[in-house]
Amino acid sequence: MQVDWSIMFDFIPQLIAGAKVTIYITVLGLIGGIILGVIAGLMRAYSGKILNAIDFTYIELIRGTPIVVQVMFLYFVLPVLADIRIDPMSAAVLAIVVNAGAYIAEIVRGAFLSIHKGLTEAGLAIGMPHWQVLLYIVGPLAFRRLIPPLGNQFIVSLKDTSLFIVIGVGELTRTGQEIMAANFRAVEIWTAVAICYLIMTGTMTIALRAVEKRMKIL
Amino acid sequence: MSFIEFKNISKAFGPLQVLTEVDLSIEQGEVVVLIGPSGSGKSTLLRCINGLEMITGGDLVVDGLSVHAGKKTLREIRQEAGMVFQQFNLFPQMTTLQNVALGPRKVRGVAKAEAEKQAQELLDKVGLSDKGEHYPAELSGGQQQRVAIARALAVKPKVMLFDEPTSALDPELKQEVLNVMLQLAKEGMTMVVVTHEMSFAKQVGTRLIFMEHGKIAVDDDPRTVIDTPPNPRMKDFLSHVE
Repeated sequence: MQVDWSIMFDFIPQLIAGAKVTIYITVLGLIGGIILGVIAGLMRAYSGKILNAIDFTYIELIRGTPIVVQVMFLYFVLPVLADIRIDPMSAAVLAIVVNAGAYIAEIVRGAFLSIHKGLTEAGLAIGMPHWQVLLYIVGPLAFRRLIPPLGNQFIVSLKDTSLFIVIGVGELTRTGQEIMAANFRAVEIWTAVAICYLIMTGTMTIALRAVEKRMKIL
Repeated sequence: MSFIEFKNISKAFGPLQVLTEVDLSIEQGEVVVLIGPSGSGKSTLLRCINGLEMITGGDLVVDGLSVHAGKKTLREIRQEAGMVFQQFNLFPQMTTLQNVALGPRKVRGVAKAEAEKQAQELLDKVGLSDKGEHYPAELSGGQQQRVAIARALAVKPKVMLFDEPTSALDPELKQEVLNVMLQLAKEGMTMVVVTHEMSFAKQVGTRLIFMEHGKIAVDDDPRTVIDTPPNPRMKDFLSHVE
């Protein structure tokens, strides 16, 4: 079969539809993941033994298993074990929330603990409660250190959505496979899919660079 | 009751005993200078006063408030006891004016404009009138430490705790910090100072405490004991400092 690059353009609307699903899962998943990650990360850094142990277990379970297995659990195991049924889209979003949350927790913990202890002492010494010290002094400094590793996690999570092909979510990779199954144009279609991912991750990288440039890393 | 009262306090870090059954009373208006070899417990003693280190035995009362009485009381003690650190510890993301105004705003509930006006007055007092818009990284060590003193004063404490405030500074920068401290002492501020600056102790110190192995070995008038140390270990120590 002759390679015909122009064929890529015929499938642009379909690929865009697939990319939209990818973006939808990524954005919702990362919003949830950031919230979960910040809570879990701060708990790891500052809470007592019991909460810390729960948190540690969560993070190790997630980091120790592949995301494909995690989404399989959400989609196929939960209905059997707990009689909880969710649609593929919710399972996909939830998988990103839970997965990214665990990694972001470690990023948040590391960033907060890397801030010089003397600054926390200085805040406490003027009579501020610990939460104020974290909010006004340590938090803003930690945030600057969060951005590079957080950007990395955003890109990983975006690409991880391609694995949800296993539960039949119509995201970009699945769309590519469906088109391929109809016309067998492997070279053109997978090239187009790769380009779509590069555009999305590239946009993310540029956006994060802009944020990073706007604030000095202290 | 004395303004600050250590009642048979002990402090251990795990198996390491740092302070052993220390009794000490400090009255308002005193300028107490703490000296001693490294590891003798002088910094720890100071940091117990505002609860940055929690004592593991005995009781410590500051202006009628016990450090054991819970988090809220501890915060009240900290508002009464300003602290200056060896490494300055200014908040790097804030200007010097914001550094000084933060305490009054968050802790005393002072409005932003009023807090910044007071902060400017304190910067004037420590000789940094024109540095309000600078960030800590743009200042010399001596200037940073003077901002740190202003930041501690902003909360209107009744006692100032200094933890080796000039040890991280070049000799010529030390003096500008010491001058601010001398001025404070002359204004009648109660001060507890961990330092090796014997000239400071002689000029304004009302008491000199020499610590050894987690205990107070000497507690006397600075002018008397610096010239004629009552204890051979202290004599040896002073010969290395001066």
